[in-house]
Formats: sequence, C-alpha cells, structure tokens
Amino acid sequence: MNATPYSYQLQPGKVRAEFFRLLPISLFVVAFGAAFGLAAVQKGLEPLQALLMSTTVFAGASQFAAVDMWGSEVPLIPLIAVVFAINSRHLLMGASLYPMLRDMSPGRRYGLVLFLTDANWAVSAQDYQNGKRNLEVILGGGLAIWIAWIIGTWLGVYFGGLLQDPQSLGLDMVLGCFLLAMALGGNKSPRTLVAWAVAAISSLAAWKWLPPNTHVVVGALAGGAIGFFWLEKKPDHEDQVSAEEETSA
Amino acid sequence: MTIETTTAGILALIAIMTLVTLVTRFGGVFLMSFVTINPRIESFINTMASSVLIAIIVPMAFSGDAGSLAALVVTAVIMLAIKKPLPAIAAGIAAAGLVRYTGITTL
Repeated sequence: MNATPYSYQLQPGKVRAEFFRLLPISLFVVAFGAAFGLAAVQKGLEPLQALLMSTTVFAGASQFAAVDMWGSEVPLIPLIAVVFAINSRHLLMGASLYPMLRDMSPGRRYGLVLFLTDANWAVSAQDYQNGKRNLEVILGGGLAIWIAWIIGTWLGVYFGGLLQDPQSLGLDMVLGCFLLAMALGGNKSPRTLVAWAVAAISSLAAWKWLPPNTHVVVGALAGGAIGFFWLEKKPDHEDQVSAEEETSA
Repeated sequence: MTIETTTAGILALIAIMTLVTLVTRFGGVFLMSFVTINPRIESFINTMASSVLIAIIVPMAFSGDAGSLAALVVTAVIMLAIKKPLPAIAAGIAAAGLVRYTGITTL
C-alpha cells in the first residue's frame, strides 16, 4: 500500500470541511431540485423515476431540458444531443482538473469526477489558481450538492411548488452569482483579463449564431487559446525563461 | 427514432441520459491522460478554466431580465471591492429580488 506511485491522498478531514463549506449553496440546490421534481411530475414522470434521474444523471440544466422534450414519445437523437451539448462543459472542467487528478489512481480519479458539477469544480479551480490543490471539494462539496439535489427532487415530486415563485426572490441567480464570485476571486493578470474578454465575446457570438448550448465550450476554448499562445513567464519554469534574463536567485 | 414513455422506456431514457452525462464527466479526464502536460498546455488549461465561468455567465447576463443582470453586476462590484464571496452572492440575489419587486423587466 505504501508503494503507491500516486502522491495525491484525499484527506478525510478536509473532505468533511469542504462538505460543510458547500452546504450553504446546497440549500439553494434543494430549491432547484424541488423545481425540477415539480416539472418532472407535471410532464408525466413517476416520482420514483424523477428521483432516479436526479440520482444517476445529477446534471440539473440537462435534466430540465430533457423533461421539456417529454411527451408520449421522446425523440432519441435530439435528447442525446441536448444532454451532451449542455453537459459538454464537464469535458473541459474534467480536463482542467487533470494536473491534480493524474496524481491519483485511475479508479479514484474516475470515481471522484462522478461528483463533478459546476459549483464544486468552480471552488477547486479557483483554489488551484491560488496555488492550492483541492480535490477534496470535488468529493465533499459534490456529495453535499448531490444529496441536496436528490432531497430537492424528492420535495418537488411529493410536495410540489413549495416556493410559488422562486424567481421573485432572485433564487434563479444563485448559481450564476456563485460562479461569478469564484471567477473574480481568482488571479486577474492582464493575460486572464484578455482571455475573459475573448471568452465573453465568443460565447455571446456562439449563443447568438451557433446551435443552442454550444456557447460555453466555444467561449471557454477561445479563452483557453489565449493561454495557449500567451505564456506567463514564471521563473520556476526554466524552459520558458531560458532565453530571458534570469533575475531570481 | 423515438422511445415511448412506458415504464421500461423511461428507464431506458434515464439510462441513456446517465451514460451521456458520464461520458462528459469522464471524457475530458480520459483524453487528458494522452496529453503531455508542458507549460503551454498548463497555461491553456488554466486560462480555459476561468474562461468556462465567463462563458457561462456572460450569455446568462445578456439573455436574462433586468433582475438577473442586476444580480451579476452587484455580485461583481462587491466581490471586486471586498473580495468575500458570501456577501457578494447574497447582495446579488437581493438585487435580483429587489429589481423584480419594482417590476422593471428590461433596462
């Protein structure tokens, strides 16, 4: 056991701490879950089917889109296309965690990303930018959000609209505000700001002119391209500064 | 091709959705295991990561009503001013509620 070549060990205490760190946002996830549960039964899903979907799919926006397509029949290819397009941001999110995930055994690596979702990933990505390796939040925070999503769905299917109009309280903006706060909490070098501008413009253009639900991937890749061509000079990367003057000791 | 929403049909649909979502959760990690991480790739990954958030948020701000725009603007201002996420988020949500309470829908 001690001979493991994988250096990243999840710390149980930190996993627990990250669970509690994301509990506040999880309360709002309960509200979204209730909205989903209600929408699902209104579209004709049985309560247990809605619960099963929330438990195994665990991707809110795509679940809303799927039950929107529900009828006596569901067209298969459009369903797959919509679910894939909405969730395609997971591809990029998972890839961005790879520098940390590669220090884990493949079993743990893929087990961990079962819990990958916007909020816990945003925390992990922000911590990484600030020099902290935090995969514990993917597990601990992910568990908090997953449980909240299931409880919310359960409330929604059995008790319906607990909140008559969550929008009037601004609750639909919780995730957006959370993600924005995470983005602005990261480092803001000139390079990052240029990437953000490029990401903003290309995601808007994609949202306007490209097929629906492609804007996140398009914007993120366009922003990433800035990073690919514009390398920040770090003294610890000697291959990058070899042609420059070494100033640090 | 369509699937009827009988019990078996619904279970099949849920299974398919689960599988597709799993592919997206696993796919990026799996593909990266073939990529050698050099400083250029790492720079790409880091810039892309923060761009994901921007690409989610900006179209959200433009497609929503005045309330959602207010929420994001207030969150951004407070976050930049005091650098504490929770007050920034709370103020953003309150701003959305307030703007909607006044009945303003577009700016």
